[in-house]
Amino acid sequence: MADRSPLFYAVIVAGGLIEGVGLAYSRMARPEVVLDFLQLQDLGLLLVMVGAAVVVGVATVVAVGVLREAPLTGRAYARRVKDLDRNVLAGGVVFGVGWGLCGICPGAAYASVGVGNWPILVGIGAMFLGAYAQGFVRARLA
Amino acid sequence: MTSLHALTGPPSPLASTWPLAALHALTGPPSPLASTWPLAALGATWFPNGVTHYLVGGLLVGLGVAVIYLATGIHAGNSTVLETTLSYVSDLPRFRRAAYVASRDWRVLLTLATVAGAALYTLATGSGGWTTAVQPWRLAVGGFLVGVGTRLGKGCTMGHGVCGLGSGSRTSMVNVALFVGVAIAVALAVAAAGVSP
Repeated sequence: MADRSPLFYAVIVAGGLIEGVGLAYSRMARPEVVLDFLQLQDLGLLLVMVGAAVVVGVATVVAVGVLREAPLTGRAYARRVKDLDRNVLAGGVVFGVGWGLCGICPGAAYASVGVGNWPILVGIGAMFLGAYAQGFVRARLA
Repeated sequence: MTSLHALTGPPSPLASTWPLAALHALTGPPSPLASTWPLAALGATWFPNGVTHYLVGGLLVGLGVAVIYLATGIHAGNSTVLETTLSYVSDLPRFRRAAYVASRDWRVLLTLATVAGAALYTLATGSGGWTTAVQPWRLAVGGFLVGVGTRLGKGCTMGHGVCGLGSGSRTSMVNVALFVGVAIAVALAVAAAGVSP
């Protein structure tokens, strides 16, 4: 329960606002556009994902290589690397089936609410249910 | 065809000898630009709606993530909030992990800010009132599986697709290749089954 400074929350809000504008402007907040990509009719989504990844990649390389720790938290900068295990494979497949079916992923779904697309709330509610079911089952299996 | 050519001019010699000309026979006549510049023709084929808003939008998404990362050292994805928010209402120890409880407030804030950013853009451009025509059962079933998959697979399009790829993570490359490949197969199959949208 680290005490966060007001500036920390301000940065979170600023970052979220910029992400939201980007997701709306890129049309990723529209499931139809994502489905167009998945049906190979418009490969624009690739440009969005790669473009964003390049920006984050540059920031990560500079931060890890040149800077020491983050000013607002004192956290040491690191790459985002997770262990590759069976869950990553299974999760990727399940995510892919869901994404291919509906054309929404979490970030784009939140932005979709912002563009006034209220039917997306069905999908967001279902995401929470899915996350809950996953946690519930894994807690039982553990 | 004759009247079309009267509008667009006769096809250039380049277009008629170029391999993609056969494709254009299927997709309609190439624009004047496309017939003289192969790259433009490729662009029109794969990016029929242009590339600018995708590139600029992608850079903005990356910028938002980078701002948070540079200030806090946190690669903030968009789907951990699905679990941390459950800690407000669920007693399951899994959702009440210290790291979840410690980050749940700012993750909700990040999500609300993402909604607000999209809303600001929509208000500023007067492009509101758009709603999806994708059928509710697809949103419900697909959304549920997305929720399961992102938590099982440790990330989503933002966590693995943007932050992980940006970090050069092999795990993320494998995960993204899997979910993009599977999603393309599923979307094509659903479309082939006549479900639209």
